[in-house]
Amino acid sequence: MDLAYRMSIGMGGIGTAGDIVARLQMTKRMKLDAAKEYVAKKLGVDQFTLHDTLQMRDIRDEIELGSITALPGKAKGIESKARIAEFFDIKINSVERLKKKLSLGI
Amino acid sequence: MTEFTMRTGTGKPLYMTKEQIRSDLEDGTNWATTKAKIPELSGNEIDHILGILTRPGRQIGVEQGKGIVLTTDGGTSRYTGICRYSAMPVSREQAVIIGERFIGFDTFEIGHADYSFRPVKTIAMDEATVIENTELNSVIPVFYGAMPNLGIYFQSQGGKWPSPTDFMNEGKIDEARAVQESAAEDMTNDIVYVAKIFAKTGLDGLDIDTTAAAGDADFYGTLKAIETIKKETDLALEVGMAGEKVFGLHADLKYEGERLAGMWPHQQGLMVEKAGGDIFGAVINTDTGKSCPWNLARSITFVKEVMKTVTIPVHPNMGMGVGGIPMCEVIPMDVVTRSGVAMVELTNCDGV
Repeated sequence: MDLAYRMSIGMGGIGTAGDIVARLQMTKRMKLDAAKEYVAKKLGVDQFTLHDTLQMRDIRDEIELGSITALPGKAKGIESKARIAEFFDIKINSVERLKKKLSLGI
Repeated sequence: MTEFTMRTGTGKPLYMTKEQIRSDLEDGTNWATTKAKIPELSGNEIDHILGILTRPGRQIGVEQGKGIVLTTDGGTSRYTGICRYSAMPVSREQAVIIGERFIGFDTFEIGHADYSFRPVKTIAMDEATVIENTELNSVIPVFYGAMPNLGIYFQSQGGKWPSPTDFMNEGKIDEARAVQESAAEDMTNDIVYVAKIFAKTGLDGLDIDTTAAAGDADFYGTLKAIETIKKETDLALEVGMAGEKVFGLHADLKYEGERLAGMWPHQQGLMVEKAGGDIFGAVINTDTGKSCPWNLARSITFVKEVMKTVTIPVHPNMGMGVGGIPMCEVIPMDVVTRSGVAMVELTNCDGV
């Protein structure tokens, strides 16, 4: 069922911009269209591109937002989340915790 | 006459003509309209669903660029050592990464095999370490999911409080109500206790799932927990319901001046929004005695009204036995994809 939903109606997670749109729903209570518009505007792309694994792979790779392919040297895990928080102005709890633990005033 | 393969409410193949499918769609929407006094689906909308259900191919999808956000309940449970699912020898930390990098989920959820807040309370510290490990390695938002489950606070299910139904059988309505209020207070405290521990881990959100399973006191206690969690933590809250109607086992509990008993999804969603919930999970249970087209039309009718009423994101539940999906363990992808596409295209929901 999970794969069927992913294929038929899902945005695509870190393969696209699905995780970022989800974060806007969770943290800013944005409806789907508003959240997609917000992400598309920040990235300077149209909404179709947000769903396109080919184009989003390159965009995520360039900004280091985390991607399906595990390229050496690129940001991963919480490193990617820190970059997502900064780029999209989203508060991410685990990133806030990391900042506190590192005692950095960033 | 051409027949199309539909499904019964238990998932068995059901061969129906277009006229039979249309008739079931009309009956399904009519059920919701009559019971909840909400608008029925128009003829064009019925035609739209009919077109989706009879579209060739074993699976179908929404148009390119029209995807929606996927949240889960159960989440890692389906990938780990739980016998009601796959029972795979995989840790929950690994399961999140599978969901993120292999499946392509937009969010994922960690949960405990005994999926209720009360049993989680005693192992909250252990669960917190799983969340901490996960948050270091994952990119997608991670929820922790559990049910309020007021029923397990009563002695009949190993809890502390006398069962309200025993009081009801003796005609002691005041006592039945009082014991539900006390149990609900305990339940609220447990949910808040767990949430406060998890808030220290960097968790993104809590999925409060199957809310109001034990009726209006269950719903009331959950709403009070939502209020406190939103005031005292930064956790996002997704609140999924147990069914399309809140049972009135107490029948006199109100929230924001509104009686909770008897609430339909659009009314439930408003309460969740007022309490501070961030995402509302509308639930319409599958009637196993009816066809999937009947159940789907009924679900879509309810969710359309939720979308009109509630301003926070709405993710209707579409798993086993809810949202027009049949009540069976391994759900055929023909019905999953057709129901999913119909829900997205007809309601413009924000996620599933």
